[in-house]
Amino acid sequence: MLERLEELERQALTELEGITDEAGLNAWRVKYLGRSAELGVILAGLRELSKEDRPAVGRRANEVKLNLESTLQTRVEALRVAALERSLQEERLDVSLPGRKPILGRIHPANQTLRQIYNIWAEMGFQIYLSREVETDDFNFGLLNMPEHHPARDMWDTFHTTATGVLLRTHTSPGQIHVMRERAPEPIRVILPGMCYRYEQSSTRAEIQFNQVEGLAVGHHITFADLKGTLNAFARRMFGEHVRTRFRAAHFPFTEPSAEMDIECFICEGKGCSVCRRSGWLEILGCGMVHPIVLRNGGYDPTVFTGFAFGMGPERITMLKHGIDDIRYFWGNDLRFLEQF
Amino acid sequence: MKIPLSWLKDFVEIDLPINELVHRLTLAGLEVEEAQFVGLPLPVGIIEGHTSGDRQIETNVTGLAWDPEKIVVGAILEVMSHPDADRLVLCRLDDGAQEHIVLAGGPNLFPYKGKGPLEKALKVAYAREGAQIYDGHKPGNELTTLKRRKIRGVESYSMACSEKELGISDDHEGVIILDDDAPVGVPLADYMGDVVLDIAITPNIARNANILGVAREVAALTDVPLKEPSYEVEWSGPPLEGRVRLEIHHPELNPRFVLGLIEGVEICPSPYWVQRRLRLAGMRPINNIVDATNYVMLEIGEPLHAFDFDVLVERAGGETPTILTRLAEPGERLTTLDGVERELDDFTVLVADSAGGLSIAGVMGGAESEVSEQTTNMLLEGAAWNFINIRRTTASQKLSSDASYRFERGVHPAMAERGVRRGLNFVAKLAGGKIAEGLVDEYPLPPVDSTVEITPMDVERWLGINLEVDEIVDILRRLGFSVEVDGQVLHVTTPDHRLDISQGVDGQADLIEEIARIYGYDRIPETQIADRIPPQYGNPRLEREERVRDVLVGLGLQEVVTYRLTSPVREMRIFPPEAPPDDRPYVRLANPIASDRVVMRHSLLASVLEIVERNIRIRDRIALFEIGQVYLTSEEGDLPEEPLRLVIALSGPRSLPAWQGSDLESMDFYDLKGLVDEFMTTLHLGPLYKPMEHPSFHPGKCARILIGERQVGVLGELHPKVRERYDLPERPVVAAELDFNLIIESIPESHAVEPVPAFPPVLEDLAVVVDEEVQADEVETLLKRAGGDLLVDVKLFDLYRGEQIPEGKKSLAYSMVYQAPDRTLTDEEVSKVRARVIKKLETDLGAKLRD
Ligand SMILES: [Zn+2]
Repeated sequence: MLERLEELERQALTELEGITDEAGLNAWRVKYLGRSAELGVILAGLRELSKEDRPAVGRRANEVKLNLESTLQTRVEALRVAALERSLQEERLDVSLPGRKPILGRIHPANQTLRQIYNIWAEMGFQIYLSREVETDDFNFGLLNMPEHHPARDMWDTFHTTATGVLLRTHTSPGQIHVMRERAPEPIRVILPGMCYRYEQSSTRAEIQFNQVEGLAVGHHITFADLKGTLNAFARRMFGEHVRTRFRAAHFPFTEPSAEMDIECFICEGKGCSVCRRSGWLEILGCGMVHPIVLRNGGYDPTVFTGFAFGMGPERITMLKHGIDDIRYFWGNDLRFLEQF
Repeated sequence: MKIPLSWLKDFVEIDLPINELVHRLTLAGLEVEEAQFVGLPLPVGIIEGHTSGDRQIETNVTGLAWDPEKIVVGAILEVMSHPDADRLVLCRLDDGAQEHIVLAGGPNLFPYKGKGPLEKALKVAYAREGAQIYDGHKPGNELTTLKRRKIRGVESYSMACSEKELGISDDHEGVIILDDDAPVGVPLADYMGDVVLDIAITPNIARNANILGVAREVAALTDVPLKEPSYEVEWSGPPLEGRVRLEIHHPELNPRFVLGLIEGVEICPSPYWVQRRLRLAGMRPINNIVDATNYVMLEIGEPLHAFDFDVLVERAGGETPTILTRLAEPGERLTTLDGVERELDDFTVLVADSAGGLSIAGVMGGAESEVSEQTTNMLLEGAAWNFINIRRTTASQKLSSDASYRFERGVHPAMAERGVRRGLNFVAKLAGGKIAEGLVDEYPLPPVDSTVEITPMDVERWLGINLEVDEIVDILRRLGFSVEVDGQVLHVTTPDHRLDISQGVDGQADLIEEIARIYGYDRIPETQIADRIPPQYGNPRLEREERVRDVLVGLGLQEVVTYRLTSPVREMRIFPPEAPPDDRPYVRLANPIASDRVVMRHSLLASVLEIVERNIRIRDRIALFEIGQVYLTSEEGDLPEEPLRLVIALSGPRSLPAWQGSDLESMDFYDLKGLVDEFMTTLHLGPLYKPMEHPSFHPGKCARILIGERQVGVLGELHPKVRERYDLPERPVVAAELDFNLIIESIPESHAVEPVPAFPPVLEDLAVVVDEEVQADEVETLLKRAGGDLLVDVKLFDLYRGEQIPEGKKSLAYSMVYQAPDRTLTDEEVSKVRARVIKKLETDLGAKLRD
């Protein structure tokens, strides 16, 4: 009987070695470890053996059973690993095939820039004040130190409406008067964003509507030096830590002294190119100390209060940053343009 | 304003490199838009700086350098005919080194042809072989190099140049004939090389629209003295008194009028240096008299007008002429120098005599009294005019001139006398004649030159810099102000060439600007605001708008921003053709620039649909939104309401095509509804939907959107008849338009968060059969109400009609979620709820459970 067990074990192990698939393993399991397998029969028939033979055969039969089981286990594991290996070898994607494209929404580029501007000014303590687009002549010009027939009115090409004294605002500056009249005599730090209009044939450089962001600070001791410091801080946030700026005397009827802030042209690094018209500088915003007449019209005593104001064009800033050469892209809303932001 | 450097140097020493000069002027508000080099070498790269380090020139540089070896002053000794070309001559020319035979085509040489050796050699700009000049025969500035070649059998290798060929002006009418004193053989660039600075003159510095004004700025900026021009007249004729009378009818429109007379002038072309300066400054030379008046205007800024005195005497019937300034009479007409007969407005001021109008004051002369080739006696006018009235006149007549450009920006009356004085001298210099002694000068309304008090404290208050009294006095005096110092107080009187300094605190601001400009904006430090922080207000409306924008973008929508100007015709397209027209009044432009942008829009939907139309040609799938104003006015003329609207538009396949396959079904009503619903739910708005009819939408596929009882918008599939009015393919476009102001008002300040459930839910499905007429949301509302707190969610997952369902009925299948916050529910509890729900469905809706 013991020899039979030895032979059975040898035969089973030999056979197992030759098996390479799961089906074979299952058949082997039934044949050698199943209920009606020979080994099972021997174990079931132990009782019928003599008392002398029983312990040796029983021990040996159990040993064989355990050995076969553990070898099977090893074999199963080996085959699983081999199968995994094989599948890892065989399953090759063409990684160059395109992925599934998700659907993405985007904010319009002009509004992206506006947000950036809002955030920077918010951090510097300037809150947002909005005012209307269809304005009176008085708010757009008169109260801003441009009485009727003032030559400076030529600086703005204006859309007038059929109603006398009603026009489309040419700048966000009317908001200065609105916010001052609402807040006087409190100090003010606000930005005034919004759409403005210009009587001009639309071209690559000019549009009939455009966003502007005006800024206004009014207080008991606000100086031109503060204006420079504040706008330089803005420029560094907007255009990079190392941007160089310059302030150049300019003219706006509602500020005095007035200035234009230029930043060093980042396209040519100040060497002069067509974008900066060879000057090495890019005009970014106009600014100045609020004119005493405007302070007075806003309800502030100009002998007690001073203030500064500035105005910039988000579309122009976006164009400079991204090398956009046609301003009409903005309101044209071609998806091939919008999807680049 | 074009300023030739050589002319500027008449009034101020300039030893700054050109780049530094450009820099200083630009920073001081006289922006140099272009530097045109005329003969002098163009700056290349970085130029050695002066006081503030090396700097490249900060402007657009143009021009042509004249090679000093190859372009020199030459002398034509004799002009001979060409053997076989009538329109060419041969010149014997001395270039300082040797004689040459030079071929020339300039018609201004023809008069000298065949006259033998000239008594007085003609000085010309001579270009030797190999010289680089502009091609005179080609438009624009095209460089060419002089080469040896044969023209009509005569060898040619050099030439006498025209102004165009040397880049002085566009003039190619003939060769330049220089003044007699030009030194032969000297490089032309040394003799007359120049740089012309084109300076932008903003309205506030109109006083600088002349050479003297810019010179004064340069003098103040560089702290060198201004060489004031002389206004002494060399009287050489009999007294003027009694030979012409003067009347001013409206001093407020004509505060001053000055006349001078010069007799026996000889009209001829101006000397070359005058012509060159005028051309470089952008004016065309005419003759010595006209040139002299223009020259003085360019030089000191006072426009002058010359009358033929004999014509005036003749018009006065041989008597003493009377010049008067008056308003035009009703219906009065005048033919101006440009040959146009003009009907004058009742506010137009005329310079006239007893016989009628002579010129439109300050704008343009009349044709009749203009100086001509025959003029020998000339009356010179210098005057001051009310700038607003000049502006009204030019606007009304659509007429402008170099004179009106200056007068409508304001010229100080003191300049009238200075102009006439300098003009008389200059005319005599160019045209000879005797200057009648004295002027006729009516000055009924001299302006008050303001005096402003200012202290260093004021300067600190505005600029944030501490300047000493002396520094401030120095800056102001450099600009011509007179200053009296009284301790810390400066009494500053405005010089009589400027009108832009006000009184009081406004005047202080005017002076502060001057101080800052001359001190240098670049020297003012950068500080942060030290003033106290204002009360904080924030802008909740905009904060919410931005939040909404993020939600919409998160839903996969592309934002657009469209034109707010449109036309009623464009907007009508959102209604079917038979719909009644939109008769609400528009905000309408009085001066539209394009016929399709004439009103402020009523409809944001119309704007967005135009963008859908535009993009559908390049993209199958469109998913857009815009938040923007519309402009609603109740009465034409009122300032309109400018409420915000939100429009969402979808069209095309549900997902993007992909090689793996994807859902390419057209997006429909329910895609949009799902999106609107998700959008509003995210903002805690709890929308409701009710069917409605709206002319823009399909009558069966349209719903109003409500928050509570209040309608906040409409959504639906575009009416096929509307779709046809746009260039759109035949597939559904779905769109929603919402009152955005209502949306943001309705967003709650805050919302409480539900706890995450700690106990497992019980899930089961429930299918009911109801009548076709029953709306889905009735079933759902009832389920929720009957289910109570334990039924936490109900979702429709199937809608079925057909087999096993009786005609006129439909089956709705819901997945139901039962859950309690504090325990795991037992089967018993769940079946109790279910029984209650089913009972309610049966009694209220006649529903049957489907098995
Ligand atoms: Zn550049």
